[in-house]
Formats: sequence, structure tokens, C-alpha cells
Amino acid sequence: MSLFIVNILDGLVTGLLLFMLCSGLTLIFSMMGVLNFAHASFYMLGAYFAYQISLFSGFWLGLIVAPIAVGVIGALIERYGLRRVHKYGHVPELIFTFGLALLIEEAVQFFWGKSQQAYEAPEALDFAAFQIAGNTFPAYKLFMIFVAMGLFLVLLYILTKTRVGMTIQAALSYPETVQNLGHNVPMVFMGVFGVGTAMAGLAGVIAGPVLGTFPGMAFLLGSIVFVTIVIGGLGSLWGALIASLLIGWIQTFAATYNVRMEDILTSLGFTKPEPIWDSAWQDLWTLTLPQIGPILPYLLMVIVLVVRPQGLFGKRET
Amino acid sequence: MSTPATTPLTAGTRRLIPLNHALPWIIAAVCLFILPYVFDSRSALTIMNQMAITIVFALSYNMLLGQGGMLSFGHAVYMGLGGFFCMHLLNWVEAGLWLPLPLLPVFGGLFGLFFAFLIGSFSTRRAGTVFAMISLGVGELVAACSVIIVIFFGGEEGISGDRTMGPEVLGWDFGPQEQVYYLTALWLLIAALGMFLYSRTPIGRVANAVRDNEERAEFLGYSQRHVRWMSFMASGFFAGIAGALFAINFEILTEENLNLTTSGSILLVTFLGGVGFFVGPIIGAIVFTLLQTVLSLYTEIWALYLGILFVATVMFFPGGLAGLLAMHVLPWKLGKIGHLVVPYAKMLIPALAFVLSAAAVLEILFHKRHAGLGDHEMNLYGITFDSHGAMPLITVLAIAAVSLFAIVKLAPGLKAAWDDATHMGGHHG
Repeated sequence: MSLFIVNILDGLVTGLLLFMLCSGLTLIFSMMGVLNFAHASFYMLGAYFAYQISLFSGFWLGLIVAPIAVGVIGALIERYGLRRVHKYGHVPELIFTFGLALLIEEAVQFFWGKSQQAYEAPEALDFAAFQIAGNTFPAYKLFMIFVAMGLFLVLLYILTKTRVGMTIQAALSYPETVQNLGHNVPMVFMGVFGVGTAMAGLAGVIAGPVLGTFPGMAFLLGSIVFVTIVIGGLGSLWGALIASLLIGWIQTFAATYNVRMEDILTSLGFTKPEPIWDSAWQDLWTLTLPQIGPILPYLLMVIVLVVRPQGLFGKRET
Repeated sequence: MSTPATTPLTAGTRRLIPLNHALPWIIAAVCLFILPYVFDSRSALTIMNQMAITIVFALSYNMLLGQGGMLSFGHAVYMGLGGFFCMHLLNWVEAGLWLPLPLLPVFGGLFGLFFAFLIGSFSTRRAGTVFAMISLGVGELVAACSVIIVIFFGGEEGISGDRTMGPEVLGWDFGPQEQVYYLTALWLLIAALGMFLYSRTPIGRVANAVRDNEERAEFLGYSQRHVRWMSFMASGFFAGIAGALFAINFEILTEENLNLTTSGSILLVTFLGGVGFFVGPIIGAIVFTLLQTVLSLYTEIWALYLGILFVATVMFFPGGLAGLLAMHVLPWKLGKIGHLVVPYAKMLIPALAFVLSAAAVLEILFHKRHAGLGDHEMNLYGITFDSHGAMPLITVLAIAAVSLFAIVKLAPGLKAAWDDATHMGGHHG
């Protein structure tokens, strides 16, 4: 039972981290209709920037400065890159962001090399927050939960209660009308893109010390992020939240509980062929849950798409 | 533009295959035949084989992206699966199955087709972003499966075989690289011709219609989903052929043949070449393979250059290389292509200077950051200097700035010459 609670908390950390990326991606998608393939690359930039800053002044300055720097870069890319490609249509936009993802990965390798960087969590948070029957829960993970939750609440407040949020929501649905009312819609687009990438950057800053800061981190998380928002339903913020948590928990539980196919098959009355290495069914017999954990999100996506093509919370097949 | 309309009376009298349509293919066949006599080194043969495989793969990719409007991030799956299946076939041939090697690509293609049929059944419902995301997810799924389904994918070390174990064909056992080249070249011709003819069939044309306006195509009575599914299966078939050729050439397949990197690089190849034209992917595959081979000999950061080139292509020349060439058809027809020679020549010098000096800036910075401790000596363009000194960096930055200034100064002249060359009339002289 205590292991279960620890897993719930661990899955919550992963899920909320995913949501920090998915929420920005969903906002950008519902506004511009373009899926930003490079979104996870901004997450990586956040981690690397924070690492570089931490070399001079420690963790906390990076927590503030790195996301802002990432957001500024994101806004500039929207203004001078994406807006230029926009007139060719959505597919070239997607190809552009894909190229951007490649380029950012190469640029990161150019500056920091291929190996993992020693980006560490701050010492102030290097203690066990609490214990559940012998399993310690690090304070840093608790900090991650608070940051992600805080960000979500701020985002929710801004989007639903402030004038800026109202303008953004209106610009999502009726960009022309909002433009005619005198709002600078291209500016709103640039701002949303900048804020979305800054959120990805913040996710990178807090995830870098836990998940590792290396050039492959963007593609590793990136494909999971896309799978998540497809499962949740493209353009649905609540769908993104539910799907993020779902995938966070699936991955955590699959990694911890060692359910073996061998035990299931034996209990069903099959006998294990000996020696196993000559059998055509060797892969089925040696299958374990931690082994298939990484592919579960993709499997879930395929199933959701076959059964419910618009995703869990999507309203239409976009 | 000015082709005379064929009346029903004259329509039947034209030849089945007009000579001017067959000519490019005959030239291509002759070139493919002669090439090994011109470049006869072993490494040249390897590069040419690599090119041929990439061409087939890129053409099959363009059946989706260029002709069907489907952006795929997981096309390596069909090539990889076809290749893996062929590798198993080769191993069965070694165990006694009778199958001549030249027929192997057919089976690779059919295997690719089968999986395209399965996956296409749910992924082709929509084009655009949704299709792209599904292709990415499926691609990752299959790539991740390669370490789980060991019996088919061979785990981390992949599976390997021997191509020479089958029955000899015309006295060839396909051991020597040259024989493999001719086999690959033959299949390149067959596959390219097949894909070209496919794009001319009614189903190929309807694929274009669905790409351009799916709603109108539906009103004409075509199910957009079925049309896409057909294109997807045809594309999977030819990708499978490319996979079989890969298996024959390299005799090993690993997870690398399935993953996102391979899928992404074929998008890069196809887009660089140009998605709007049939020859685009061919140009892209040739240029990309050459660039990759040559650049990786000289510099460690070749992938960065390719990335910059790709992003620049998407931003400034969405038609790719083929589109760039096609832009010059109009001046050619107007007889004004000569007007462009001088402005182009003027622009060439600062452009070249800018590219080389910008690359030098990157190389020096890279050397400064990543060379071994105390290793300050650097060799660039035949000049040896101290990379940690300020002088070399300032020099190349100055050259880059000056050449950029020259480019900006020359640009209006080039634009005026271009406008003149693409419009009828004006001054001739």
C-alpha cells in the first residue's frame, strides 16, 4: 500500500511535468492551428540555460531567468520564422518546427557537447520531505509538484479571470473579430507562443536535475508529449491535463510492478517450453511489465484513435 | 501550355508511349549502366548504392507528402519492416528455401504493403496534423517494439544474413559490389518507373485532388479516406522495396532502420529536393548523400550545417531544389536566361565568401569549446592557426560582415534582373 502511494506521487510528478509542456502546446495549437514540433526542444533549452546560469550563480536565478530567455527566443522565432512560413499552410509550418527541433538539438551539441551535463538540484532542497513506510520522498520532487500546480493555477486564473485572458480566448475562436475590435492579434499570437515556450522552458529547468540534461532529452520527452495531446484530444486543455496524469501514472506503475508474462501464462495452465531460447514464443514468455512500459503510451494512443478518433476530450476530428 | 487538343478522331493514332516521355528514362538507364565504369572504386559503388536506396525511399515518401498531402514522421517503419522481413528470407534461403536474390525486393515490398494496409486503416482518416502525429506515434511504437520482439527484430544487435546463398542468376552470385550495384540500379529503375506511372493513373490523380481539396473530392464521390489509404499502401510497397535493397546491400538491419532519426532524415531529403515535382526527391537524395559523405569527411558539425540548410529551405525556398530549377523554366522559354548570367556571377563571389566565412566562425567556436586541453592549433581551408587567439575570429567575422554587406547591396540588382527575365518584352540586349 505504501509503495502504491509513493507511485501515485511519482506518477503525479511525471504527469504534471508532462502537463507543463502539453498545456503550452495545446494553447499554441488551438490558437494557430500549428503543432509546435520543437516544443520539447524549448524544454531542453530551458534545462541547458539554467545549467549554464547555475554555474555562475546557483539554481534559483536560473529558475527565473532561463524560462524568460527561452520565452524571448520562442517569441522571436514565431515573429521571424513561423509567421513567414504561415502563408504556405499548416504542413510546411509543421515541417518548419520539425527542422527547428533538429537545429536546436544540433546547436545544443555545438555549445555543450554530446555528453550529459552535471546540472544538479539545489542543496537547499536536498533532503527527504517525508517517509512512507521506509520509502523516502525527496523534497525536490515536492517542489516540482508545487511549481507545476502553481503554474497551472496562475494560467487558469489569467485565462479565465483577467482581461488579457479574455482577449486570448476570444482570439482563439474569432481572430478576425478580435482584430476588428482593435486588438493586435499577431501580437497576441507572438505573446502566447512566447509564454507557451517559456512554460516548456520552466519545465526543463525543474526537470533537468531529475531526468538528466543531455542532447537527446527533447526527442525523448517530445514524442510522449505529442502522444499525450493526441490522447487527450487536440486543442483540449482539460484533455491534456487528464491524459498527462494518466500517462504519468501508467509509466510509473509499469516501471515498478514487475508483472511477468511467464506467471500469467503458467497460471492459465500453459507449460513453459524448455529451453526457452529455441521456442518461437520466447518473446511472449519472457515479457515483463517494466519492459513494455515505454511503449504503453503509444499503444494507448493507437487504441484511443481506433475507438475514439477525436481523443478523450476532443470535440471534433480536427 | 500550348498543347493542341486531341479530338476523339486523332486520339487513337498517337503512340502508346510517346518518345519524348520515354527519353528521360532511357537516358537514366544508360547513365546507370555507365556509372560504374566512370567511378569504379569500391567506396564510389557503396555511395551510389546508398544513393539509389535513398532515391527509392524518398520517392515513396513523396507519394505521401508531395502527391497525397500526408506528412509522415514514421515512414522508416515500412522500409525497415520490409528490410527485416527480407533479412529473414535471406536466412531461410541459406537454410534451403529456393529464391533468387533479384526477386527479394518483391517480397520486401509486399511486407511493407501489408503493414501499410494495417496501419493505414486507422491513420489515414485525416491528413495534416493528425496524420503526422499518428505516424509519429506508430513509428515510435514499432521502433520501441524492436527491443521487445527479439525473434523478429533481433534485439539491440539487429539481424544479419548473407546475400550470396541463393541460386545463381546468369552466373552471378551477387558477392561482388559491382553485381549488387547492377541489381540495385535495375530495381531503382523499376521502382521509379512504377511510382511515376502510378502518379499518372486515375487513383494517383485523385490523390492529388484529395490533397488539394478533400471536401470537393468527397462531393465528386471519392472517399478521401480510401484514396489516402490507397496512396499509403502503394507508398508502403515501394518503401518495402527500398528496405529490401538496403538488406541486400548492407546485410544487416537494426533498430536504427526504424527510428525517428531515419524517418526525419527522409523528410529532410525529400523536402530539400522539392516535394512539388517527381524528380525533386531524386535530386534531394543525390545531393543529400553527396553532402553527407563529403561534409562528414571535413567537419564534425556537418549535421548542424544540414539543419541550417533545411530550415533555410523551408523558410525561403519551400519548393526545394527542384522548385528552384523550375523557376528558371520561364526565363528559358522567354529566351532571357542569358540576362541572369552576369547578376548571378556577381552575386556568387560575396555569397561564397559569406558561406565560407560563416562556416569558419562556427568551426573556430566549435574548436575552442571542444578541442582537447591545450590543443590550440587548428587547420581550416589549408591555413593553420591558433584557434584561441582573437585575430582569426575577428578576421572571419569581418569577412562575413563585408560579404553580407555586398550581398545586401547587390540584391536589388539581382531582383531587377530577375523581374526583367521573367517578363515578356522589355529591353533585349
